[in-house]
Amino acid sequence: MGLAKRIIPCLDCDKGRVVKGVQFLDIRDAGDPVEVSKRYCDAGADEITFLDITASHEDRGTTVDTVSAIAGQVFIPLTVGGGIRTLEDIRTMLNAGADKVAINTAAVVNPEFVRQAAERFGSQCIVVAVDAKRVSSEGDEPRWEIFTHGGRKPTGLDAIEWVKRMVGYGAGEILLTSMDRDGTKKGFDLALNKAVSSAVRVPIIASGGVGNLEHLAEGVLLGEADAVLAASIFHFQEYTIQEAKTYMAEQGIEVRL
Amino acid sequence: MNKIAIIDYGMGNLHSVAKAMEHVGREAGIETDVQVTADARIIADADRVIFPGVGAIRDCMAEINRLNVGEIVADAMKSKPVLAICVGMQALMQRSEENNGVDCLGFIDGQVRYFGDDLRDERGGRLKVPHMGWNEVQQTQAHPLWKDIPDGSRFYFVHSYYVEAASEAIVTGRSVYGKELVATLAEKNIFATQFHPEKSQTVGLTLLRNFLLWNGSDE
Repeated sequence: MGLAKRIIPCLDCDKGRVVKGVQFLDIRDAGDPVEVSKRYCDAGADEITFLDITASHEDRGTTVDTVSAIAGQVFIPLTVGGGIRTLEDIRTMLNAGADKVAINTAAVVNPEFVRQAAERFGSQCIVVAVDAKRVSSEGDEPRWEIFTHGGRKPTGLDAIEWVKRMVGYGAGEILLTSMDRDGTKKGFDLALNKAVSSAVRVPIIASGGVGNLEHLAEGVLLGEADAVLAASIFHFQEYTIQEAKTYMAEQGIEVRL
Repeated sequence: MNKIAIIDYGMGNLHSVAKAMEHVGREAGIETDVQVTADARIIADADRVIFPGVGAIRDCMAEINRLNVGEIVADAMKSKPVLAICVGMQALMQRSEENNGVDCLGFIDGQVRYFGDDLRDERGGRLKVPHMGWNEVQQTQAHPLWKDIPDGSRFYFVHSYYVEAASEAIVTGRSVYGKELVATLAEKNIFATQFHPEKSQTVGLTLLRNFLLWNGSDE
């Protein structure tokens, strides 16, 4: 017995409301991230990831209020991502009650930002989120590249090399999303996950493509992920967190039941 | 009014701890006044003290020394119920092996050690560092802060260094991550946790409630 693999529901929020469709049976206030977070926490979620997809800078104040409200009610780790570009952004989110921040585009634009952030706030709260896409042809040695802007903009950066570099700069955890699988419900890109997980010593959160419970278990057993992140299968109540944990435990994976 | 001083020396997020304490106070029907502070007068006036810490012990000790926190909390460490959390617990020890050795506050006998770059489980599987996530804590001694918490409960950890206590007598909880590590220890009025009770959901909040009700003795 020892450390449990984590299950992390992800809330994509715009202007303080959960988007990407949350469909609980009780839909009275289904789009309220505080309610949703609390529900997942009570159901046994190991952490909550909150991704702010608010486009305009003016609406960011809402996000801070939301994070603060979640942190006042949910006593499990809370990661906040989306629009984290400056040390001041990080401080604001940590002061609002976030435990970790996820840095994505800002790391690509200025890799030194990750080093500064880890030095100032500690590696334990710096998650680097990477969006990777397979760029090798079928049958060739697999190769993945980092993309930004929701998978539209290639960066020329090799995913494995990039993750190693980010860990070297002080990233304490990697949130790894396969842009090929995100939204497909076909399961994680296991080869990508395994390649990244074995390349670095910090924990990897697998993301992108979960459609059923088998996918979650595969992420750990074959993709060597330390945590698995999913949104829609939980939002639409296809499965509960508890069902996911029970299934993973049946597959011999250590979970917090 | 139960006054709680959370010692602020500029390292990391103290709001989680403050919010959790306010929450358990409300739930238990105990009026609390939670202050995040480095003010010696407020600390002297507090009923209990929380000594937190996140990140690297080297950075924490640098700030603790710069702000003279050791002296500011010295009286409280002898007289009030104290809960030290994560790097806060590490800072209470004598010495850390980080960066060829960093002197810590020395309130408790023991060392802080690095997990190592090639940490393995009992089957030889590679273990990631930091030790991040929910691990089981075996209660090795009875203590008032364990009240209503089932033995073997999982708490949330995030750390790359771990404590080795000089005496087994002060160890109250152990976990396993590549090696046996001290999850909690207790000496007189001080209780210290390597994990984050404020992030450990029900069992963590129970521990914080127990701390709020604790008189600082081990009975």
